[in-house]
Amino acid sequence: MSYKIEIEDLNAWFNAKKVLKDIYMKIPEKAVTAIIGPSGCGKTTLIRCINRMHELSPGGKVSGRVLLNGENIYAKDVDPVIIRRKVGMVFQKPNPFPMMSVYDNVAAGLKLTGLNDKSKLDEIVEKSLKLTSLWEEVKNELHKSGASLSGGQQQRLCIARALAVEPEVILMDEPTSALDPLASAKIEQLIRRLSKKYTIIIVTHNMQQAARVSDFTGFLYLGELVEFDETKKIFENPKTELTEKYITGEFG
Amino acid sequence: MVLLSYVALIIALIPLMNILIETTIRGVSAINLSFFTEQIPPLGQAGGGVGPAIQGTLIVVGLASLVGVPVGVFSGIFLAEFRNTKLTYVSRYLNDVLSGIPSIVIGIFSWIIIVTIIGWSVIAGAFALAIMMIPIVTRTTEEAILLVPITIKEAALALGIPRWKTTLTIVLRNAKKGMITGILLSMARVTGETAPLLLTILGSRFWFGGFTEPSAALSLTIFNFSQSPYSTVDWPRAWGAALVLILMILGINVMVRYYTREKYG
Repeated sequence: MSYKIEIEDLNAWFNAKKVLKDIYMKIPEKAVTAIIGPSGCGKTTLIRCINRMHELSPGGKVSGRVLLNGENIYAKDVDPVIIRRKVGMVFQKPNPFPMMSVYDNVAAGLKLTGLNDKSKLDEIVEKSLKLTSLWEEVKNELHKSGASLSGGQQQRLCIARALAVEPEVILMDEPTSALDPLASAKIEQLIRRLSKKYTIIIVTHNMQQAARVSDFTGFLYLGELVEFDETKKIFENPKTELTEKYITGEFG
Repeated sequence: MVLLSYVALIIALIPLMNILIETTIRGVSAINLSFFTEQIPPLGQAGGGVGPAIQGTLIVVGLASLVGVPVGVFSGIFLAEFRNTKLTYVSRYLNDVLSGIPSIVIGIFSWIIIVTIIGWSVIAGAFALAIMMIPIVTRTTEEAILLVPITIKEAALALGIPRWKTTLTIVLRNAKKGMITGILLSMARVTGETAPLLLTILGSRFWFGGFTEPSAALSLTIFNFSQSPYSTVDWPRAWGAALVLILMILGINVMVRYYTREKYG
């Protein structure tokens, strides 16, 4: 199996508070990896360390290594801007750019990093919207505000926006927590489809969702990675008592 | 409680309505076409208009904006983007101090460093007004930028858009309304200034004669006519000029409304 991301000895802080402790993790390529765990256990911080967003939070500090295709993204000569183009992110609450149309939302990442070829942009916008099954719904309203779409559509728009810059990895931070079940189901199908082409890491505190969409699952508790294995093994035959207690709902 | 609020509101509105009605009634009789197109007559002399005063106000405020707006906008961006450096704290504090300095002090300051060197001039007046605009524009720009949700900014950064570009495009685009409002309000604020102009552009009866020459302005014209002993000829003109000034400021406020309306929805 080839690994897209290897996390080694990763520690992260908010000011003096340590929120991630000695994380080691190998994330397989073109698969969905779910990160589960109770609120405040460091799930979000963990994925924000993978696209160098954590260091932008007030008081955010990181040590250790995160290897993307074998290269440390925290090496001194690495520009975080380049990393963020390779590692896209979808946030908990849909956050389309409110002053922009549907089209411009998808094109924003490309336009603002220097692509101005109109026909190429058209092509990528259409491709990205088709990938997220949004094309049929919005193709006649490409110039309406992105904020005028429904919540589920907005989240798929945000996924399309992330896909448009052609990342290799997509991080998703509880992407369905603000959506209704129907919209959530659409996003889950989308995640399955995208995993054929992309490496996806999804944070969720919905365990059924982790079981449905992911190939691998990591259980994080108080900043430590308790267990990381194939999703099936985690849910059917967890190695530690703590994991078992969490997935059976004894705490969380 | 509600009744008290209504009473307070009415008390606040009475002087405002009184000023507007009084100025309109007394000013409107002085206004005709030549009021806008002719030069300012000497005190006590019939005829003429306040054309140069309108022109002067527009030129001085325009020139002041040309300097004050960019300086204020970029200072505001700086304060919002670099929240926690020592320089930011000091700058923000100084900016607040600056906004509290009485305009007459700014007038004297401009007089000393510009008028004593190149003489009474449009440049000196614009300099004084620009100094008054900068803290207003800086503060409103900073606040408008801080109102942009962090999630929007993070979305842009996560797309691999460099920080400076995120600020100059995504963030400013979302802060635009607030910034334009601040800029227009700062213009409205200085348009009516009298004291600093008295010490810098001096006042004049003639059309614009160059940036290094004295100039007329509406506020100065109102002041001069209202001080005139020829009450029947000059006082209506003061009211007329006051009405024009109020309408200009009202016009700016209408523009604020226009820019702050919702684009979508």
